[in-house]
Amino acid sequence: MDIGADLVALLPELTLTAAALVVLLAGVAGSGRRHGGLAVLAVASVGAAAIALKIAVDASDAGRVFFSGMFVLDHFAVFFKVLFLLTAALAVLMSLDYLARHDYRPGEYHSLVLLATVGMMVMASGTNLASIYVGLELMALSTYVLAGYFRREVKSHEAASKYFVLGALSSGVLVYGLSLLYGELGTLDLAAMAAALRAGENTPALLTGLALLACGFLFKVAAVPFHMWTPDVYEGAPTPITAFMSVGPKAAAFAMFLRVFLGGLESLAPYWVWLVGGSAAATMIWGNLAALTQDNVKRMLAYSSIAHAGYALLGLLAGSELGVQSVLFYMLVYLVSNLGAFGFVILLESRGYAGETVADYAGLARRQPLAAFGMLLFLLSLGGIPPTAGFMGKLYVFAAAVNAGYVWLVVVAVLMSAVSLYYYLRIAMQMYLREPAEEEGAEVVTARWTARAIGACGVFVLVIGVYPAPFAAAARATAALVGVTLP
Amino acid sequence: MMEFLSNPLNQICYLPLLGALVIIFFCKPGQSRAIKTVATVTAGLDFVISVPLWLRYVPEGEQFQFLFEAKWIPAIGAQYIFGVDGISVLLILLTTLLGFISVYSSFTAITHREKEYYVFLLLLQTGMLGVFMALDFVLFYVFWEVMLVPMYFLIGIWGGPRKLYAAIKFFLYTLVGSVLMLVGILALYFYNSTGLAAIGLPGLGNPATFDVRALFEIAPGIPHGLQFWVFLAFFVGFAIKVPMFPFHTWLPDAHVEAPTAGSVILAGVLLKMGTYGFIRFSLPLLPNATREAVPWVVALSIVGIIYGALVAMAQKDMKKLVAYSSVSHLGFVMLGMFALNPHGLSGSVLQMINHGLSTGALFLLVGILYERRHTRMIADYGGLAKVMPVYAMMFMIITMASIGLPTLNGFIGELTILVGAFNRSVWWAVLAATGIVLGAAYMLWMYQRVFFGELSHQENKGLKDVNLREQWTLIPLIVLCFWIGLYPKPFFRMLEPSIERVVRVVDPDYLEGRAMAVVPPLPAQGGEEGAEGDGHGGEH
Repeated sequence: MDIGADLVALLPELTLTAAALVVLLAGVAGSGRRHGGLAVLAVASVGAAAIALKIAVDASDAGRVFFSGMFVLDHFAVFFKVLFLLTAALAVLMSLDYLARHDYRPGEYHSLVLLATVGMMVMASGTNLASIYVGLELMALSTYVLAGYFRREVKSHEAASKYFVLGALSSGVLVYGLSLLYGELGTLDLAAMAAALRAGENTPALLTGLALLACGFLFKVAAVPFHMWTPDVYEGAPTPITAFMSVGPKAAAFAMFLRVFLGGLESLAPYWVWLVGGSAAATMIWGNLAALTQDNVKRMLAYSSIAHAGYALLGLLAGSELGVQSVLFYMLVYLVSNLGAFGFVILLESRGYAGETVADYAGLARRQPLAAFGMLLFLLSLGGIPPTAGFMGKLYVFAAAVNAGYVWLVVVAVLMSAVSLYYYLRIAMQMYLREPAEEEGAEVVTARWTARAIGACGVFVLVIGVYPAPFAAAARATAALVGVTLP
Repeated sequence: MMEFLSNPLNQICYLPLLGALVIIFFCKPGQSRAIKTVATVTAGLDFVISVPLWLRYVPEGEQFQFLFEAKWIPAIGAQYIFGVDGISVLLILLTTLLGFISVYSSFTAITHREKEYYVFLLLLQTGMLGVFMALDFVLFYVFWEVMLVPMYFLIGIWGGPRKLYAAIKFFLYTLVGSVLMLVGILALYFYNSTGLAAIGLPGLGNPATFDVRALFEIAPGIPHGLQFWVFLAFFVGFAIKVPMFPFHTWLPDAHVEAPTAGSVILAGVLLKMGTYGFIRFSLPLLPNATREAVPWVVALSIVGIIYGALVAMAQKDMKKLVAYSSVSHLGFVMLGMFALNPHGLSGSVLQMINHGLSTGALFLLVGILYERRHTRMIADYGGLAKVMPVYAMMFMIITMASIGLPTLNGFIGELTILVGAFNRSVWWAVLAATGIVLGAAYMLWMYQRVFFGELSHQENKGLKDVNLREQWTLIPLIVLCFWIGLYPKPFFRMLEPSIERVVRVVDPDYLEGRAMAVVPPLPAQGGEEGAEGDGHGGEH
């Protein structure tokens, strides 16, 4: 064991942790309201972490395990880490004007965002259930606090306490399942678990552990029937945090889901495919149907993000190389589309807190043609209409699932994505088809950095939609390596 | 890049997009003149550069011409392939012509939010042209769905009183159909390459590709079960678009609420995408399933023909009447296609063009009247022939074209379809012919109520006849109606080799049999040139 090499592999996480502490101190030390400076510092530290990631990747050969098999830096992990860093940077940019407008301290806020990112990065790299769990808890605890960060708002309190209680419960379920697996197999290392599973027989305790673990994971990706917390938490949390939570932690949960279920527990697939498949179908159906009736845009997007977890689960079920690739690619697509859509909610949130009903969008196309067009783009991408990224993401996921023979699930998925267009187009309809005179629509606030972050998402949505090849190829390289460290 | 730009198909497809971008970036919302000029010039130029396709396409040559191939998503084998055969050349010309006419006809009908209107119209044009050109399934699907969005806005923003309902209904109906089609496409794709593991269907192991031409190669060998399910998936997608009975319910709403130009495009081009999908993909890719589906599809077509006609007869609203007449006419197109013989198929494609011309013109005519009186109720008119003689004459010609009077286009199309249907079964032809009779009834009855009799409504006395611009939106269509009616040979010549390729796949015995026992020659096709026109059938 070479502690030097281990530390190099962990360099991005170490950098980001140090940066988070610096941001925290800077926030406390100053008079406390230097929004611009702290945001620059946070974004710079994300950039530094990206450079550190590059250094770490160059220094260590892919597939090698570090910290006695706890941690790996394969392409799979790197792809997700890039996603997380992107999410963090965009979330910080989107929060900049928002925090200033609502007058909350930026230091702790940015620091928590960075710490949550560190947690997610550890989750993507973990090859041992213990290290994955540590990452998960770091991420979860940071986001609990962030959800309740707007301490003067009751809704934010509500969101944080609901999120904390249910999140802690699900972590408990997860750890219980994990302990049962440990009791049966005698190891938490994924590679060793896979080997032990192939050798031994499947005892009831083992299967109970598997089921509990699956429930915990499904909770973390917000799949039905473990989705109840999502709409309330997403609605109550500060909108940039909702944007962050709907993308980052969800992608991290998928990273852990893929790694554990396809890496460690693949030989139990006959048992868990029904659980996950049933949950995927229920998630797609209920997520989309429930979104139909929502008048609050944040709640609608919350249900929509539930539904998107259902689509991504199809890729996990497919399981093949194509399946893993499709989930990774889908996460990228979902990241840019969903962050963009939430970005608009942030821009519109000028009248009070979280009061964006669908009607607030009335006539937006007349007053703000560019903003409305951008929102339209994100909505179409979430709905999967070409030529946006969303279509390509769905194409890959559906292709993987059809290839694996889950045609019935794909039929459910495509029909439900047709349903989803109804509620996405409700907003488009308000923006374009309603005359502004009819109702008083919300004004778009000027927030330069939020607008720029959204613009970047918009460019990605179009570029990935028209020319997805390089992005899909990046996801493919990672997918090819998911099993390498796990014999 | 140069290669990309020098391909005529790319030029035709993306010119409207370029026009839309120019309007977006260089015109201010208030600059009505500039916007209209850019839109008209783009659409007109698009038509002009699409005419050489007709002249340069060699029907006897390669199946797909003007090919343009490029890598797009190599990882999954999706390519950027454009190419046209005789069928698509005709439909592309129809699209560019109607595209231009719909821009030109909107000058006075659309008075608010003009910038967005012309942008959406041009984007729609690009989407439709791409559908007719794409030879890669993913590319095809992209264009197929892209075009939904501008149409949604055209109906939703500039439509009638129930526009919101109509727009979302149109969008969701067609979307549900097309997403199922996507599943079918994926199933075919994996059958050709790696197979569908979990349902125990091994693949052929070919390189993964969405190239339609490569899939044509494997078409006859596709196992029965897969053919059936894929056909069903395609059927839902295309039949909703056509629309076939009983999937037609979105059509009257969309037609009635859409602005005139929207209706023209909808009837003229969008409906043809469904029938084009059948003839381009379902028939040649899934021949066995197609043959098995014949009785069902024909039954639905005949029900559509008669039901559409009967419902049209009961309409009080002119636009609704024309909309239901489309259901009936498209029933004819489907009947001819599923006769699966050269007569039926070529009649079917020609009837697509005919329907585009005459129904497009009918919507324009109704739109002209609506602009003047803001009502489309038949009961609000009467005796219009006295105040609008030119309009009445044009309306008469188009009415005749629509009901299939000899010397006009409708006759040729319906006759060829009936010959094809008759070859299969006398009863098909008999039942379909009742549709023609009913068609004559509802069209002439409407004409009589609108144009003849007393000028009973005071408001109608001051109606102005069609102005020069309005005349020029209609004249090209009328000329074409006569051209196809009198001398359809060039059209059939264009279609024949492409049609024969389809027949050879879907019903090889038919061609074999024909070589031995000659099918009775077509009866005269109306007018002096008819004798030449019928030459399209037997000789080849």
